[in-house]
Amino acid sequence: MNFQLPDLAPMMPELVMTALALVVLLADLLIRKKEVIALISMAGVAFVALTLFYAPGGATFGTMYISDGYSTFFKVIFFINVILSVLISIKYIAVERVNYGEYYSLILFSTIGMMIMASAGDLIVLYLGLELMALSTYVLAGFIRHDIKSNEAALKYFLLGAFSSAFLLYGISLVYGLTGTTDIKAIASFISEKGLADNLSLLLSVAFLVVAFGFKIAAAPFHMWAPDVYEGAPTSITAFMSVGPKAAGFAVLGRVFMVAFASAKVDWAVILIPVAILTMAVGNIVALSQTNIKRMLAYSSIAHAGYALLGIITANNDGLASMMNYLMIYAFMNIGAFAVIIMLRSEGFKGDNISDYEGLAKTHPLAAMLMLIFMFSLTGIPPTAGFIGKLYIFMSAINAGYTWLVVIAVIFSAISAYFYLRIVMYMYMKEPKTDVSLTTSFSNGVALAVTTVAVLVIGVLPASLLELAKAAISGF
Amino acid sequence: MVPLSWYMVLGAVVFAIGVFGFLSRKNIIIVFMSIELMLNAVNINLISMSHYIQDLRGQILAFFVIAVAAAEAAIGLAIVIALFRNKATAHVDEVKEMQG
Repeated sequence: MNFQLPDLAPMMPELVMTALALVVLLADLLIRKKEVIALISMAGVAFVALTLFYAPGGATFGTMYISDGYSTFFKVIFFINVILSVLISIKYIAVERVNYGEYYSLILFSTIGMMIMASAGDLIVLYLGLELMALSTYVLAGFIRHDIKSNEAALKYFLLGAFSSAFLLYGISLVYGLTGTTDIKAIASFISEKGLADNLSLLLSVAFLVVAFGFKIAAAPFHMWAPDVYEGAPTSITAFMSVGPKAAGFAVLGRVFMVAFASAKVDWAVILIPVAILTMAVGNIVALSQTNIKRMLAYSSIAHAGYALLGIITANNDGLASMMNYLMIYAFMNIGAFAVIIMLRSEGFKGDNISDYEGLAKTHPLAAMLMLIFMFSLTGIPPTAGFIGKLYIFMSAINAGYTWLVVIAVIFSAISAYFYLRIVMYMYMKEPKTDVSLTTSFSNGVALAVTTVAVLVIGVLPASLLELAKAAISGF
Repeated sequence: MVPLSWYMVLGAVVFAIGVFGFLSRKNIIIVFMSIELMLNAVNINLISMSHYIQDLRGQILAFFVIAVAAAEAAIGLAIVIALFRNKATAHVDEVKEMQG
């Protein structure tokens, strides 16, 4: 029997990334200074990003693995996410006294899982990528082993994550039984040929997949884990997993629903529209009463998943491009906000209560100003990037005829101004109560500079990023 | 020959028992076992369908599910031990540092 090696060129970025993660794992044994390992990881990811643009596109391993513009755009989001997260981690994990090298290799392994998810052309590959991402993130959430909150976060994330992946598998098994294949394109052609669009068991399997992906993107009513996990996990990991796994979840949501179930749009739109409304409602309303800033940003991230879902619901390339654009912008503004939060953590001072921000503008004007920019951006106030992201996503939804849905989204977006601007009010209009000292470091400064510049530049010159997203999605 | 629908019903029942156990049990280890039950229900589904439509993909996926479940068990138990070192409990209701 002849065994032919599949064409490995399209998956070069994943292969190099895997090698990098293993090298980092080994380097941990030899190198005492963990900052060096962080540096190796970042340089390595930058190199992988280069291979991403030189690797040829196309499908390999049959059609199990697809490298196209869509996956490339998402991989760029993952690389930005991993580099910024490592930058804000270096000082922070030393303050938390968990300065171990495995931290960086776990982040890299998790990113490989996300990359595989974005490129999955088959439900089996999708599942494996999702598990690689999730298992690494469970460990990272519990990385502060001596802190019971971190243990609890890891436990809750693990139990609910495993629960949701069982739902994913049950959904996959139903799709497999119905269509006889797990290949995403073959599923699509089977459904449209046999006219299965209003088949009940297809609706059931779509419902199972919505539950599973809803857990990953933290959409209500599958969001319960998010606030506890975001609060308990190390702050740098909260930043990492509020962007990476969420974007990866949207990547597979887009590919599975827009390709595999393209002709069954009536089925999943009926499920996704109430999910999106509920997600925006829960995220924005419950965030109003939070006193812990990490918890508040957890609800904020739930709300943002609701806005981004509108891009999927529109179900055209325009909506998908604005969803990708939104996730890219969200990566910058959210990690930027966490980079400020992380500075308040110092030896013996938690600094994650909203009241810790009282009078920050008097004692640390620069940090307060950066926080102001990120809060404005998360609210969606021009000239920041957050406004542009929301504008495009709402426009594409209106063009697709979902005006009433956009009206709801705008109302919730207005409600969100209360809790974002409350932080600004605390910083600028209150007198400092406690003496807050900031833990500054060069790497965190770099992360803050990059995110601030990105938020402002995208806010002023938005066209090029959207054009990139549109170009990436053409031929999807 | 046993018809496919029997296997599907068995899979659905085992899955439902798993979901019920996950939602109602309070001991972390039992909750964890319920998840394993759900995964094995999926395996029953996959293998019976794979045999019925004479296609190997389902069996391949079942192998992957078994392998991933093993990795998941290792990580899950490690997390439970890490928690147990800080707070000697395996009861989900007592793990409530964060609420709201």
